Parts: sequence; C-alpha cells; structure tokens
Amino acid sequence: MTTFLQAVAGGLGQGSVYALLALGFVIIYKSMRVVSFAQPAFMLAGALAVSFLAEALLGIPSPWGFFLALVLGAVGVALLGLGIERTVIRPMVGKPVFVIAIITLGIDIVVRLVANIFIGLDVRPVGDPWGLNSINLGGVQVQERHIVMLVTTVLLVAVLFSFFKYSRLGLAMRAASFNQETALAQGISVGTVFATSWAMAGALAAVAGTFQATGAGIDQNLWIIGLKALPAIILGGLDSLGGAVIGGFTVGLVESLVATYQGDFAPWLGQNFSVVSAYVVMLLVLLVRPYGLFGTKEVERV
Amino acid sequence: MTEQRSTSVSTKASRQLWGRPELYTSYGQNLRMLNTRPKQVAVVAMVLLAATYVPFGLPDEWLHLFAMGLAAAIGAIGLNIVTGYAGQVSLGHAFFLAIGAYTASALSGEPGRRTIGFGITFLPLWLLAAGVVAGVAGVIVAPLATRLRGLYLAIVTLGLVFLGLHIFKEWKALTGGPGVGRQGPVPEMFGQRLDRNGDLLTGDQKMYLLTLVLLVIFAVFARNLVRSKVGRAFAAVRDRDIAADVIGVSVTRYKVLAFGISSFYAGCAGALLYAVLGRVEPDSFNLLLSIQFVAMVLIGGAGTISGSIMGALFITMLPRLTQELPTVLPFISSDVTAPLGAANLAIIFYGLMIILFLIFEPRGLFGIWIRIRNYFKAWPFSY
Repeated sequence: MTTFLQAVAGGLGQGSVYALLALGFVIIYKSMRVVSFAQPAFMLAGALAVSFLAEALLGIPSPWGFFLALVLGAVGVALLGLGIERTVIRPMVGKPVFVIAIITLGIDIVVRLVANIFIGLDVRPVGDPWGLNSINLGGVQVQERHIVMLVTTVLLVAVLFSFFKYSRLGLAMRAASFNQETALAQGISVGTVFATSWAMAGALAAVAGTFQATGAGIDQNLWIIGLKALPAIILGGLDSLGGAVIGGFTVGLVESLVATYQGDFAPWLGQNFSVVSAYVVMLLVLLVRPYGLFGTKEVERV
Repeated sequence: MTEQRSTSVSTKASRQLWGRPELYTSYGQNLRMLNTRPKQVAVVAMVLLAATYVPFGLPDEWLHLFAMGLAAAIGAIGLNIVTGYAGQVSLGHAFFLAIGAYTASALSGEPGRRTIGFGITFLPLWLLAAGVVAGVAGVIVAPLATRLRGLYLAIVTLGLVFLGLHIFKEWKALTGGPGVGRQGPVPEMFGQRLDRNGDLLTGDQKMYLLTLVLLVIFAVFARNLVRSKVGRAFAAVRDRDIAADVIGVSVTRYKVLAFGISSFYAGCAGALLYAVLGRVEPDSFNLLLSIQFVAMVLIGGAGTISGSIMGALFITMLPRLTQELPTVLPFISSDVTAPLGAANLAIIFYGLMIILFLIFEPRGLFGIWIRIRNYFKAWPFSY
C-alpha cells in the first residue's frame, strides 16, 4: 500500500508538469486550431532563464528568490512567445494548419538549439531550494518538490479557469475559439487573442520546464518531456481545457504506476517501458474515442 | 478509354505546338508522363548526366553523399505520396524506415553471430522483403488514419516513432542494442559485393549507380501512380474526404492504399540508406529523422515527385555544405563540439529553412523552379 501511495504521489507531481504543458497546447489549439510543436523549446528556454535568474537573485531569502525567478522567467518566455507569434505565425494565418504546425516544428528546432548552446554538455542546476528532499506524510515518503508542483499547478489552473470565465479577455478568447468570424464582427480583436494565447502557452511551458528541472537539473534532453504532453492532450481531447488537466495527471499517474509495477508483473516489456506507456494509453483511447475523452466531435459538411 | 482515343488525335497537334508548354490540346496529352517537350529533353539529359558524368567526375566522398541522398529521395517520394498527394499527415516515417532497415539487415546478416541473420545477401530479395514488411506494417497502422484526421493523426504517428524506438532499443537480438547497433544490409548481387572496391569501379561508384537506377524505377512508378485513377482518388481524398466519399471514392480503401505504398517506399529507402551507411543503430530512428523527411517533402514541394528528389538531395547535402561554411565565414568554428560549430548550425539551418520556405515559398524548391521558368517563358514581358 505504501508503495502504491508513493507511486501515486510521484505521479501527481509529475502529472502537474504534463498538465501545465498540455494546457499550453490546448490554449493555442483553441485560438488558432494548430498544435504548436514549439512548446518543448519554450519549456527548455523557461527552465534555462529561471536557472540564470535564480543565480542572480541569490541574495533574496529562499524560497522567495526562486519563486521571483520563476515569475520573471515565465514573463520572459511569454514575451518570446509573443515575439514569435507576431513575426512568424501571424503572416501564416489562413494557411493550412499542417503548414503552421510544421513551422512550429522549425521554431522548436531553432529555439532549442540556441538554448542548448547556453546549457552546454553538463547538467545545469535550476537553483531550486528543494532538491530531492522528501518528507514523511503518514508513513508515505513524498518529495517536497512534488508537493510544491502540485499546489502551484492547482493554483494556476484555478486562476486560468476563472480568467476564462470572468474576465473580458477570457470571454473574448472563448468567443474567438467558438467562431472566429462572428467574434470579429462583434468587435473582438482576434490578433490580440492569438498573441495572448501564445504568451500564456509560453509562460505555462516555462513553469512546467522549471518544475521538471527541479531535483535533477537541466540537461539537453529536458525537451523530450514536452512531447509527453501530446498523449495528454489527445487523451483529454485537443480542444478541452479540463481534458488537458485530467489528461496530464492521467499520463503522470500511468507512468509512475507502470514504472513501479511493470518490473514485477510484465518484465518482458523491457526496461523503461514507462517512458512510452503514455503513448500506448493514447493509442488505446483513440481507437475507442477518436476525439479523445472530452474533445468536441467535428461536424462535417461538404 | 478516353485517353486512348484522344491521344491519337492529338499527336499531330502537339507536334506542331511543341514550343508552347502548357498549351494542351487534349486531356491525354496533359496526362502524359513527361507532358512537354522541354520536360522530356531535360529529364533525359539529367538522368544521362547523373549516370555518366557524376560517378566518374566527382570524388568518392561526394558520391557517398549522393548515394545517401538518392536513397533518401525514395523515402521522400513515399512520404509525399501519403502526405502530399493523399493528404494524410504522417510524422511516423522514421518507424517504417526502421522496419525496412532491420528486415533487410536481418535477412542479409551473417548467420550465427550476436545478432539475428539469415545470410540471404541477394540484393533484390532483401530489398523487396524490406518494402513488403514495412508496407504490411503501414496497412496495419492505416485503419487509425481512417478514424482520425488532421493533427490527431500527426500526433498518433509521432507516438508510433516513440513506440518503435523503445522496441528497437529493447530487442537486442535484432538491433544490437542502443550505442552498439549492427551491420547494415549487405548489398550483394551475383557474387559481387557492391559496397567494396572492385576491378572496374569503386564501392562508392557502384552504390551510387545502384541507388540511381532504383530511384529512377521508383520515381517512374510513383509518377505513373499519381497520374492514374488512384492518384486522382488520392487528390480527391486530400482535398475533401467527405466530398470524395460522396462521388464514390472509397475513402478507407485509398487511405489504406496510400499508407501501404508510402510505407513500402519507406522500407526500401531504409534498407538502401543503411546499406550505403553500413551500420544501423536503433537510436537513429528518432523524431529528428521523421522531421528531416517532412522537411524534404516541404522544402522540395508537397505533391511533386521531382520536388521530393530535390528536397532529399538538398537536406542530405546540407550538413556537408555547412561544414564548408567556416572557410567562407571565419567566425564560425569548424570544431564539432563548439557551441556555434558546424554540427549545430546544420540543425539550426533545417529549422530556419523550414520556416522561411513555408512563409515565402510554400511550394518549395519546385515552386522556385516554376517561378524561374515562368519568368523566362514570358520574357521579356516578365510582369
């Protein structure tokens, strides 16, 4: 039982990273119907920015210095997202979505390579105050960083959902995602909606990347985690914010449970099967529900 | 039937008007494989040049690269069939390349070694087997494509790459395991090793000629496919699958067919590519390989066979060309490990090239050629 609870705790911690990334994917998808493959690069850039900022802000007592660095880093990547949307994505509005998706792949390659130059070949610490410390909660060892990640993610999700529900811009974004032309006719600036969604996705990816880097540090392979959010968004449905959060936590839990038990029950699947278990779950769900668990079914007209 | 009848009528007219490309006087003329006189002349001239001057006039180091590029072109044509013509976005091409490469390696490998081998080194046999096994895998995956569309499909095929990577890393008896790898397919025909230096030709010359011949065969087959009924059905499915269904094109059937043929091409390309390279490592079949093939299709021009070949050669040559950059631009370091070194620059170039091409010339290299041609066709009134 303790093993199980520990796996669940680890899974929820890791799942919060996937949930944040998945939210970024879904926000961009809802505004422009494009899956942005640039999220992994934003994640890497965010973690890198935070690690430099945390170094510069060492004078501020822990953990506030780290949190300040996290906020500044997220703002920085949000600005990067804004810039990229304005220069590269905006001229492509109206072109086939696949073309835009491939452009984001190109952006991903460029941004990631530039980030790698700053990381170098060694592992770079992100400057978090927790490391791999864990505390005992009723007999279950839980890593401190996982608790912080989970709490921050829950807070962020709450803020995001109330933003979409109650704010003017949030309402505009929902309207634009529902029907772009009608939204334009109501006086909504769809350009602002695009820009905001890219900035939000960038900031969320930056936070996710930083969380992923706590404990082990940043290395050149950190971005691969970004692609694991893809099964999460497919599971939840590409255009469902709630689905993204649920999908993210599901992927985290599945991975953690498979990593814990697969060695005993199904060793023939090979070492590190947990790394690809999310993709297997994705394939199985898609065979039954082609639009994910909460995605909107497209109504097709000829 | 219609084509048959109209061709005979139009032969005379086309002969009179050969200096006016794109002035077609009949449907059959439009559908011909090389439908204008300049095309006929240029294609024959290019194939002759590639078969005579290039293998004897260029150093072996370049021939090796060219052979890789030509093998990759077969794979790019395959991806173009499913993505450019049938409109089904696939990021899983690396998976099918891997299946082809490993089928061929296992068939032609030496028996009784550390990795599986059956000792069948006859080239046409393992090449065909590689294509067929990969094609069957494609047909198995295809039902997903009939249920999913657009970006859902792209992400699922991307998942395929990761699953494949895991399987190939774990199945050490077949692949030799990560970091170690195994020997690539052994190209042998009638007792001749094609990758070793012989009396007449060097190994690189032989491999170059082999890939050239195979590319011509595969390209002609693909061109014939896309100008036939099947090709038109692919285009209908790409443009609007429901409309295609309504006019009586079986969407499921053609999607499965497109995936099968594309995977067959990928399997053959994988086998050939690693026969040229000589060594297969499971880590190499990653997402970057898939992206490189997508880049070949997009930079070359989606929905064109000649574009795929141009794109494949361009992408294969790119790392070699960026190696030359330090001699032109002194601030770039030729040290591989340096941050702004040639290796990193080559990858940054991929990224920038994809972005710039898609923004400024969505039809790729093929589109640039069309613009050059149109400029001269209307010369001196080029506006």
